Amino acid sequence: MISVKNLKKSFGDLEVLRDINVEIEEKEVVVVIGPSGSGKSTFIRCLNRIEDITGGHVYIEGTDISQRKVNINKVRTDVGMVFQQFNLFPHKTVLENIMLSPMVVRKWKKKDAEEKALSLLRKVGLEDKAGVYPESLSGGQKQRVAIARALCMEPKVMLFDEPTSALDPEMVGEVLEVMKQLANEGMTMIVVTHEMGFAREVGDRVLFMDGGYIVEEAKPEEIFNNPKEERTKAFLSKVL
Amino acid sequence: MDFRWEIISEYLPFFMRGLGYTILASLIGFIVGALIGLVIGMGKSLSNPILRLPFIWYVNIFRGTPLLVQIFLIHFAVMPIFIKPPEPLISLIVALALNSAAYIAEIFRAGINSIDKGQREAAYSLGMNHAQVLRHVVLPQAFKRMIPPLGNEFIVLVKDSSLGAVIAAPELFYWGRVAVGAYSRVWEPYLAVAVLYFVVCLVLSYVQSFLERKYATDDQRKKPKKVVRRSRGTAGH
Repeated sequence: MISVKNLKKSFGDLEVLRDINVEIEEKEVVVVIGPSGSGKSTFIRCLNRIEDITGGHVYIEGTDISQRKVNINKVRTDVGMVFQQFNLFPHKTVLENIMLSPMVVRKWKKKDAEEKALSLLRKVGLEDKAGVYPESLSGGQKQRVAIARALCMEPKVMLFDEPTSALDPEMVGEVLEVMKQLANEGMTMIVVTHEMGFAREVGDRVLFMDGGYIVEEAKPEEIFNNPKEERTKAFLSKVL
Repeated sequence: MDFRWEIISEYLPFFMRGLGYTILASLIGFIVGALIGLVIGMGKSLSNPILRLPFIWYVNIFRGTPLLVQIFLIHFAVMPIFIKPPEPLISLIVALALNSAAYIAEIFRAGINSIDKGQREAAYSLGMNHAQVLRHVVLPQAFKRMIPPLGNEFIVLVKDSSLGAVIAAPELFYWGRVAVGAYSRVWEPYLAVAVLYFVVCLVLSYVQSFLERKYATDDQRKKPKKVVRRSRGTAGH
């Protein structure tokens, strides 16, 4: 469903991604771990071209989004993204945040969008917050709204860029719970995270990134119990 | 000192007409200036440095020279090319529009740039195109932040339009000077004119704070919007 070939990304002289190759199957939950500065966020941001691609190819369901002429907006409707900083729209209520894109981009009727948005709010346990502005929500609630907002476009794959890194510790669980539920429903997910427990429990595959490369990829039990690469071992010994 | 009220009452109809022209010139100048300012603000944000240059220098020139000099140049040098003889009121409006465009361009640019990059990224990630991102996400938030500086700019423009008197544009201060000339009295006409400017600017600053409050949607002062469905059993009146 997603195929990445020789992906490179530079910011000026700084090479952040050197040569990334990976295939991601439908319904797979891929967790990306690695030290800060390893390029994991840049990598996930290249998958919907929020970050311009310097070289190589990224195929989303066969469409090579590294090509400039591709209608990237169309591709993005199928690729949901959740950010570390939530990025909810502060001038819109929770419900309006979720309904905006389905109405504007997918041209849904207001009634349909509202119905779908409310059902998603129920799913993330925030139905009672439909009418409030994001400012009055806690971090964990904001992130759950952000997940509902991305889901309302009915994406085929969800990208999570450190979704719990900006949260107070006691709110991490509620967000991971929603993500776990999503994984159980068969959503294809790519998750950049420092939550090793989540990686172990929910991930189908773990990618360990360092220095702009995928250094090791394996099933969670293998990578956590029996890492092959020295760099993976060194990293895991620090975080586990 | 005796204060001769009858000078004011005699000239009041002229002052009011002058005030009408003052408001008209400022308003048209501001609206046209906002339209030009929008173009210049976007031009200054172009990524190509060569294309950006003329917009940058437009702002540099109009902010870096006195409005009075601009009014003289426009009225006596530029406008005669188009209208003979040049019409002072039109020259004044053109000068106010071109001058305010430079300031408004900066207000637009700063307002749009002040919106967090993450807002745009979230909107793009939801599949919106440039126009949709601007219209639904960036501009509504930026506009709120632009209200105070735009209000200031309009108030400044109202007062600056008094410079039109030196090219005999029949605005408020022009009629003040006419009254001074007719009676050789300075206090009554100039004070009356000052009071009228003051009242207009005071009203405008209240309009500004009203607008600020009206658009302060993401702030706690505003009550949450009614939740769409009222749960069953909620006690009515």
